[in-house]
Amino acid sequence: MLNGIGREIPEEILGIGTMRSFEKIITNGQVKNIQRSGERQRNPEKNKILDSIETAIRETGLKDGMTISFHHHFRNGDYVVNMVMDAIAAMGIKDLVLASSSLSEIHAPLVKHIRDGVIRRIETSGLRGELAQAISNGIMDIPVVINSHGGRARAIASKELPIDVAFLGVPSCDSYGNANGYSSDNSAVSACGSLGYAKVDAQHAKNVVLITDNLVEYPNVPFSIPASQVDYIVVVDSIGDPKGIVSGATRYTNNPKDLLIAKQAAAVIEASGYFYDGFSMQTGSGGASLATTRFLRDRMLAANIKASFALGGITGQIVALHEEGLIKKLLDVQSFDLKAVESLKNNPCHYQIDAEYYASPDNAGSAVNQLDVVILSALEIDLDFNVNVITGSDGVIRGASGGHCDTAAGASMAIIVAPLIRGRMPSILDRVNTVVTPGYTIDVLVTDQGIAVNPLRQDLYSSLKAAKLPVLSIEELKAKADRIVGRPEPIKWEDKIVGLVKYRDGSVIDVIRQVKKGL
Amino acid sequence: MGRLRRTMLYVPGNHPGMIRDAHIYGSDSIMFDLEDSVSIKEKDAARHLVYQSLKTLDYGNTEIIVRVNGLNTPYGKDDFEAMVRAIPDAIRLPKTETPEDIEEADELITRIENQIGMERGTIKLMAAIESALGVINAYKIATASKRLIGIAIGAEDFVTDLKTTRSPEGIELLTARSQILFAARAAGIDAIDTVFSDVNDEEGFIREVRQIKQMGYDGKSIINPRQIDIVHKLFSPSEDEIRKSIRIIEAIKEAEEKGSGVISLDGKMIDKPIVERARRVLELADAVKVSYC
Repeated sequence: MLNGIGREIPEEILGIGTMRSFEKIITNGQVKNIQRSGERQRNPEKNKILDSIETAIRETGLKDGMTISFHHHFRNGDYVVNMVMDAIAAMGIKDLVLASSSLSEIHAPLVKHIRDGVIRRIETSGLRGELAQAISNGIMDIPVVINSHGGRARAIASKELPIDVAFLGVPSCDSYGNANGYSSDNSAVSACGSLGYAKVDAQHAKNVVLITDNLVEYPNVPFSIPASQVDYIVVVDSIGDPKGIVSGATRYTNNPKDLLIAKQAAAVIEASGYFYDGFSMQTGSGGASLATTRFLRDRMLAANIKASFALGGITGQIVALHEEGLIKKLLDVQSFDLKAVESLKNNPCHYQIDAEYYASPDNAGSAVNQLDVVILSALEIDLDFNVNVITGSDGVIRGASGGHCDTAAGASMAIIVAPLIRGRMPSILDRVNTVVTPGYTIDVLVTDQGIAVNPLRQDLYSSLKAAKLPVLSIEELKAKADRIVGRPEPIKWEDKIVGLVKYRDGSVIDVIRQVKKGL
Repeated sequence: MGRLRRTMLYVPGNHPGMIRDAHIYGSDSIMFDLEDSVSIKEKDAARHLVYQSLKTLDYGNTEIIVRVNGLNTPYGKDDFEAMVRAIPDAIRLPKTETPEDIEEADELITRIENQIGMERGTIKLMAAIESALGVINAYKIATASKRLIGIAIGAEDFVTDLKTTRSPEGIELLTARSQILFAARAAGIDAIDTVFSDVNDEEGFIREVRQIKQMGYDGKSIINPRQIDIVHKLFSPSEDEIRKSIRIIEAIKEAEEKGSGVISLDGKMIDKPIVERARRVLELADAVKVSYC
C-alpha cells in the first residue's frame, strides 16, 4: 500500500505484525504550525486557556456522581475549592465525590453544598472548623473517608480512587500548563512552594484543570506539573490569600513546655543509636516537634554529625540547618513557610517530590522507608501506643491524618511528642477515641514529665536507660497525669458512623461516630 | 554540701496551669507567689489554690517556697496560717526592713507549728530585702532567726526606693548586692539575686548571671523556665575546673600519706583556701550531675 507521502509499505511483516501506514496530520486545518504569533503558536493542538471555570467544567464533561479532586497546598488561604464548588453548584451538577488532599476552616461553605446534594461524599486527610463540626454532627449520609497522604496517593495511583476531574490551583503557570508552586522569574503572589500533593492528581486524573492567578511566559521552568498532564487552564484574579497560604515563619515556639519536650526529644534521638553521620529525619508541624531541630542542631555541631536528608513538610527551621550544611538534602512534599518556599526556589539540593514518592506504601521507592527518625505530635495516645490525631477530646473531628501513619511505619524510630496534660485533659488514655496510627509503629513517647518506650523496642529502652534519660512505662506516665487531672469521662457517641479512618494501605483502621446530640 | 539554690522559679499563685507544672523544668526551688503577682481581688483564691496544690501535688525533690504578703498587710497573717499548714520548705517574707520583721514572722510560725503539733523549726524562712533601710540592716536581718536559710535582693522596689531605675550594667544595685552578700556570708546563709525581667534579652541575662556568680551569689530568682538552663550552665564548674580540683585533692591526699608539710602542684603552693575551693567545685560538680539525671 502507499502511505500518506506515497511510499510503498507492506501491509504486514511476519514477526512484527500489521503495519499502520503514515498519514499527514492535519490540526486546525493545517499540516504544520506556521502562524508565528500569539496563542495559536503556543497551542497548536488546542487552546488550553478557557475563559471561565464554568467553561472548564463543561469541557471536562463533569457529570452527576463523578469524582473531583483538589490539593491543600494553600492551606487555610485556599480560594480554589470554594470557587470551583460554587460554580459546580450553580451549574446544577450533583452527587459528587470530593476528594481533596485535605480541607480546613476556610472550606466551611462546603456545608451548604453538602446540604444541597452537590457533594455526596468526601475523601480528605483532614477536616477542621465548621465543616468538621457539621460532619461530626452527622450532616452526611455517607461517612467521610480520612486518608493518609501516602494512602491517598496510593489509592489514586491504583485507581482505587479514580479522579474524573482534578481542579488544581497553581501559583505559576504558562499557557500550555507547565505549572509550579512558585515562579523562578517573578514572585508569585500566591506562592506555596512544593506542589507535592497536586502532582499525584495531575498525573492520574482523567481531566486536569489548572487554575492560576499568575500566567507566565512559556516554558515555566522549572515546573512541578508538566504541561503534558494538563488539559485546561483558567486564569482568575486570585487563587488564595497569601497570609493563609504560608506564614512568614512557622511557629517558633517560646512555650517553655514545648521547649522542654523538644529538648528531651533531641536527647532521645542522640541516645537512640540513630544519631550518626548521615542520619535522616522528619519533623511534624507541631511546636515541640519543630523546636526539636533547634536542640538537635547543637548536638549535631558538637558531635560533628550531618544529616543526609530531611523529608516531608519543610519549614524555615529545617531550611536553616540545610543552609548551614547540617542537613545535606531536603525532599519537600509541602513547604510550610516563606523561607521554605524561597529555599525550594534557590537551593539546588532542596528538591520537590510528590506524595506518592513521599509516602505511598505501594511503590518500590517510598521515601518514608529511608527515614531514621520522625518526630510527630498527637492529640491522644493510649497504653498500646495507638495515636489519635483526628478527633479532639470532645469527639469532634479537628485534625488531619497527614503523613502520620506513613512516616511512623516507614521510619526506624517514630517519636511522639506531647504534653502529659493538655489543659485539663490527660494525653495518655486507656484507649484513644480514634486510631489513626497503630501503636506497633510508634517507638517512643516523649512528654514533659518523662519518656515511655514501646515494649516492642527493648533495644531503644536499653539505649535510653543507659543514657540516664527519665524513662518510665507508659502506664506510669499515665498514672502521673491521672493523679493530677483524674480520668476523663468517656465521650458519648451516637451509633451513626460519620467517618472512616483508612490506614495507608486502604484498610479501615477505625471509624468516627457522630457526637452525642444535645451536648 | 547544702541544698543548691541556683534557680528560684517565680510561679504566680493564681495561675493553676503554671502551679501544676512548676517542677518539670528542673529549677532548684519553686517560689509560689501570693504577693505582687496576685491582685487584691484574688488574694484569697490564690492562697487557697497554693495551699491545695502543696497538699495534693508531688513536686519531687524541688525546694518549695511560698512568698507571702507582709504582716503589715491585711493578708499576711492569713497567708502564714494557711502556708505553715501546707508545709512548704520555707516561707519568703517580702520587703523586710528590720530584724523585728523577721522576729515577728518567726514567732507567728512558731505559734502555728505548736498549734498543729509540728516540730518547731520545720518551716524555714527567707527574707527579701527591697529598700535602703533593709540593706542597711542586712546583717541584723540575716541573723534574726535560726529559721533563715537565705536573704534575697528585690531590685524593682529597691531602685524605686533609691529614686533611680535599673540599668543594664546594674551599677545602682552594686552596693546593695555586695552588702546583702556580705550579710549572708557573715550569717552563714544563702544569698539570692533578683529577677531579670526581659526574658527575650538572653545576652543581658547571661551578663547579669555571670556578674552575680562572680560576686559570690548562690543563685538567682527567675521568672521564666527558659532562664533555668542558662543559670545552671553558668553555675556549673567547667571541665577544666573539675579536673584541676581533682588533681588538687589528690595532691593533698598524697602529701598527707607521705607526711610532707608543704604541698605543691605544678610548682605552685597549695594552701587551705585553694583546697576548700577545690572541694566546693567537686561537691558542686557532683550535685549538678545528680540533678541532671
